[in-house]
Amino acid sequence: MAQMSGSKKESWNSRIGVILAVAGSAVGLGNFLRFPGQVAEYGGGAFMIAYFISFLLIGLPICWAEWTMGRHGGQSGFNSCPGIMGRISGHPAGKWLGIIGVVVPVIIYMYYVLIEAWCLGYATNFLLGNMNFPTADESLAFLKGFTGMEAHGSGIGFAVNQVGIFLIVSFVLNFFLIYRGISRGIELFCKYAVPMLILIAVIIVIRVLTLGAPDPANPQNSIQNGLGFMWNPNKTFLVEEVVNDDGTLGSERIREFVGPRAREEAESVVAERQLALQADADSILPALRIEKVSLWQQLLSGKLWLAAAGQIFFSLSVGFGVIITYSSYLKKDDDIVLSGLAATSANEFAEVGIGGIMSIPAAYAFLGMAGLAGMTSTFALGFIALPNVFSVMPGGQIFGFLFFFLLFLAAVTSSLSMLQPGIAFIEEALNLTRKQSVALLGFITFIGTGYVSYFSTDTIALDTMDFWVGTVMIYVLATVQIIIFSWVFGVEKGFEAAHRGSAIRIPLVFKYIMKYVSPTLLLIIFSIFILQSFFGLAGGEISDKVLLLIGTEDVAPNPVAWGAIAIILAFALLCVFLVSTSQRISASTGGQKTLPNQPEN
Amino acid sequence: MTFGGWIMLITSIGSVAGLFIWCIYKVLTIPEETEHIHGFEQETPDAEHYDS
Repeated sequence: MAQMSGSKKESWNSRIGVILAVAGSAVGLGNFLRFPGQVAEYGGGAFMIAYFISFLLIGLPICWAEWTMGRHGGQSGFNSCPGIMGRISGHPAGKWLGIIGVVVPVIIYMYYVLIEAWCLGYATNFLLGNMNFPTADESLAFLKGFTGMEAHGSGIGFAVNQVGIFLIVSFVLNFFLIYRGISRGIELFCKYAVPMLILIAVIIVIRVLTLGAPDPANPQNSIQNGLGFMWNPNKTFLVEEVVNDDGTLGSERIREFVGPRAREEAESVVAERQLALQADADSILPALRIEKVSLWQQLLSGKLWLAAAGQIFFSLSVGFGVIITYSSYLKKDDDIVLSGLAATSANEFAEVGIGGIMSIPAAYAFLGMAGLAGMTSTFALGFIALPNVFSVMPGGQIFGFLFFFLLFLAAVTSSLSMLQPGIAFIEEALNLTRKQSVALLGFITFIGTGYVSYFSTDTIALDTMDFWVGTVMIYVLATVQIIIFSWVFGVEKGFEAAHRGSAIRIPLVFKYIMKYVSPTLLLIIFSIFILQSFFGLAGGEISDKVLLLIGTEDVAPNPVAWGAIAIILAFALLCVFLVSTSQRISASTGGQKTLPNQPEN
Repeated sequence: MTFGGWIMLITSIGSVAGLFIWCIYKVLTIPEETEHIHGFEQETPDAEHYDS
């Protein structure tokens, strides 16, 4: 077996570098596509209140806990999540639970790199002038052809309108950078990519905010109204009375008023309809009325809180096993409190400050509210609505290229961070060099990415992995991490460890938040999520990802979805085997302060 | 956009922008923060062959 004797410990080159790397890990597609879609769907202002509260009570506490545990574990010579959590907990259960911190990022990488390739492909096609979609239907047709959504394997080709070549470029780029190591690969790339990403985003934001009302025939379709659609705290709907199938009277929202005089506009439309009905007693036109939904009414929605907490989760990369690995490469007196806050704030700035005023307002201005209906999901907004918008926008070829190149950069900085936990784990479990670990992880992820890329019909393989790993397992890992930090490691000891070398101090109130509030909230949110998605209880419906596996009365269980589950289980079992046979990781739960032959920082 | 919408937008973006700027200011102005912890010249273990 190769020995670590005499080797120098891998580490970050500068504080700015590690901040940008962690920020780059967090800034991804979710900032520019998922976040604005969620804000629009859940009522703008109300969503933001729930979002900021979730940030303070869940996101920031787990973030600091991960930074602290990572650096602490790194001082004992562990960089993998099983090793770090074994050392922090001092119990064998810690290393087994830590396996989730390897499975999550590696499995997510398998499909995330494919979406990254979509972004690169869209950017290239915009640059080549191939993206001309007068309507969303044509945009959807391109997406289906490019990704192979219509038939398995149909996207795997090397024409410019197929994903194949872009997937190879993205895959190789990631492994080239990860092969170069922490400082010369990840850090160096993020030092240039993250500022460039923010610069491009600012250029696009300026362009979007100066669009005004691009279609003079539809002055209501303006950027200002698009911002209102996203951010108005109180909602004003026009409601039409309808007769249900069973003969009872019901109502249906047919329009939302988002302008500065929303109430007056709505009243005017209702008055016109009343006059028309009074003038013609035989009219078949349905009656109209106004429905106002206040900020406080929206805040009573459990779904809104679940969505806000979920967005914070995915946005900050907490529960991914990434931050804990990255921070393990810090030295024992390196600041982590300010660095953690700085990386988090950079992500929030990109998400709220840029993502919040870019995608949805632009789509609203060109497509209108009707065109945006059903387009607020990440995929629909990013790969159907926005390509359509850039196609009809003046200068859209260059701005379309910039936007998708921005997404590509954001995706690369994130996917890089998903590989490092796997590399650290393989190095630690098998005592391999980085070169050997990169080769092994490259082989494993190639199989997974190949599966997701080939079985592309309706993105079932991708969606299955995203649900079970990118949603369910992230909740589990984040909950486990905050409980281990606060209750096993101990919040007092944790604060003492966090403040070693810190440039600022964590407010004392976070001791109580981290010990009681964060774990309780996470357990509540996860329980509701399980009840809704698995059992259709608590006001939810059984997730279609669950139904894909168990089938329904009319549809048999989906073999592609089960194949994705098999890949997840196979990789998880491999990790279990490696942990069970690794003396090095087993030593994490032992008493010695540092491993033999490990340098003290 | 309504007046309430403007308040919500400005408050939200102002908060995150303020926090971001403050963090960057602190990172750049605290003397220790700008020191290089290591140099790019330092070789990382991945570049070495353990068996050699």
